[in-house]
Amino acid sequence: MSTRLLDAGRARTARPLGLSWSRSPAWRRQRVLPGFGLTLGITLFYLGLIVALPLAAMLLKTASLGWDEFWRLATSPRALATYRITLTTAAMATAFNAVFGLLLAWVLVRHEFPGRRLLDALVDLPFALPTAVAGLALVTLFDRSGWFGSVLAPLGIQVAYAPLGIALAMAFTSVPFVVRTVQPVLEDMQGELEEAATTLGASPWQTFRLVVWPMILPAFTAGCALAFARSLGEFGAIVFIAGNLPFRTEVTSLLVYIRLDEFDYPAAAALATVLLAMAFVLLFLTNLLQSWQLRHADRH
Amino acid sequence: MPTVTNARRQGPSGAWLVGLALVLSALFLLAPLVLIFVQAFAAGLDAYVHHVTEPATRHAIGLTVLTALVVVPINVVFGVAAAWLVTRYRFFGRRLLVTLIEIPFSVSPIVAGVIYLFLYGAQGLLGPFLQAHDIQVMFTLWAIFLVSLFVTAPFVARELIPLMQAQGSEDEEAAITLGASGLQTFLLVTLPNVRWALLYGAILCNARVMGEFGAVSVVSGNIRGQTNTLPLQVELLFNDLNTVGAFAAASTLAVLALVTLAAKLVLEARTRS
Repeated sequence: MSTRLLDAGRARTARPLGLSWSRSPAWRRQRVLPGFGLTLGITLFYLGLIVALPLAAMLLKTASLGWDEFWRLATSPRALATYRITLTTAAMATAFNAVFGLLLAWVLVRHEFPGRRLLDALVDLPFALPTAVAGLALVTLFDRSGWFGSVLAPLGIQVAYAPLGIALAMAFTSVPFVVRTVQPVLEDMQGELEEAATTLGASPWQTFRLVVWPMILPAFTAGCALAFARSLGEFGAIVFIAGNLPFRTEVTSLLVYIRLDEFDYPAAAALATVLLAMAFVLLFLTNLLQSWQLRHADRH
Repeated sequence: MPTVTNARRQGPSGAWLVGLALVLSALFLLAPLVLIFVQAFAAGLDAYVHHVTEPATRHAIGLTVLTALVVVPINVVFGVAAAWLVTRYRFFGRRLLVTLIEIPFSVSPIVAGVIYLFLYGAQGLLGPFLQAHDIQVMFTLWAIFLVSLFVTAPFVARELIPLMQAQGSEDEEAAITLGASGLQTFLLVTLPNVRWALLYGAILCNARVMGEFGAVSVVSGNIRGQTNTLPLQVELLFNDLNTVGAFAAASTLAVLALVTLAAKLVLEARTRS
């Protein structure tokens, strides 16, 4: 009985049709474990109530504006300026994390040194530390009178209340993404391939570029996409350090907040929909990248 | 840890890379953390205690803990149900469901707040209905609970799904075949197998609930002494130019972050053994 149940999913197609209708329907029999109805019910009810319904409510609100009005609000000069600032600072933050994340992942997997486990734990700090606390700490560090700001100010580098500060806040809150996507891939590589390359006379740089890099590329790209997506939507850390000047240091999420404060709900709905659309495009891209990564892993 | 003794050779370039990583991490990750505690205790221990126990901050701490007590158990139940569903059965739309579960993770906190405003707010979808029945959701505790549920919905499921997928369902199938009930199977077979991942998911969920700023900021109305959670209190004190007070409040959240990281270290060691 039990083996028949376990194999029911596979056997269903092979079994003569006449046998199956006398018992319970076939779709029911392929599930040995109870709880399908219960967990499906809980999951769909909860996702519907907590995720789908509010999302639908906002999209309805935006749809009620009509296309022309939506377009006018979403492409106002001030809104366009926030997209430009958000995208450039997010790109800067992602570029920094691409290098810093790769360095951390490499060092954590391929080197043994005192404090390695502590460093590994520290990588998760930006996820564990509330964004408002991170913003408060960063603005105090990089203020003209702060530990770092007082060193950078005489050099003519302004971080706090400048676009660089926004990029810094975004970079801090998205540090773990590249590290945590690349790290497992590097751990799986075990080093044999690199040893083989070295034995065959490749220089360390050639080994990295020709052997390691192609292997970690999908994970690395996925990590960068995740970091970029997180940076686009970041708010808490940025409001502290940005200075929030329209056309200069105002990001899109902040403009949404300002429009809400002014009770300009149509504009808030339009801008939030743009942010949501960007998030969905990136979610779609990351899913594609991750399935690429899985296929990649299967091949090796 | 895989055995990569050969790959872990310490050439001169290796030492250079390790040094660079350590210096950058110290400047970029460690310095903000150290600064929080230095600033919080800058005016001495007495001033610190005074600021942390000040009524508004104490109220914010209480509200933050209450929110976590409401939100974390609900999302643990949802996470377990969702993980069971997508790892124990094959059905049409399964992969779409996994993506749906991940959505809150990729939505900006501000957008999370806005979507709830357009559902329960006066101009929202349910606004007229709620007003007719004299029910206020926006700018109350309920709004904070709801938006926190949204923001942290994926955390437990994200920890459980890969683990339960890897473990497979043979153990549970054996238990069912031997006559165990569904509940017995879950409590005696599944739960012991996933307990550390479940606990870690709950801890991450807790950290995010307590630290959420943007989404709560939109729906709470920032009413002093009423709907001000701890992260909002940090911003309020900072805007009041009360730096020591802001850092004192922030330090309690930083301790929470450190506890979360420590819990991760311990739980990872357990899962590996």
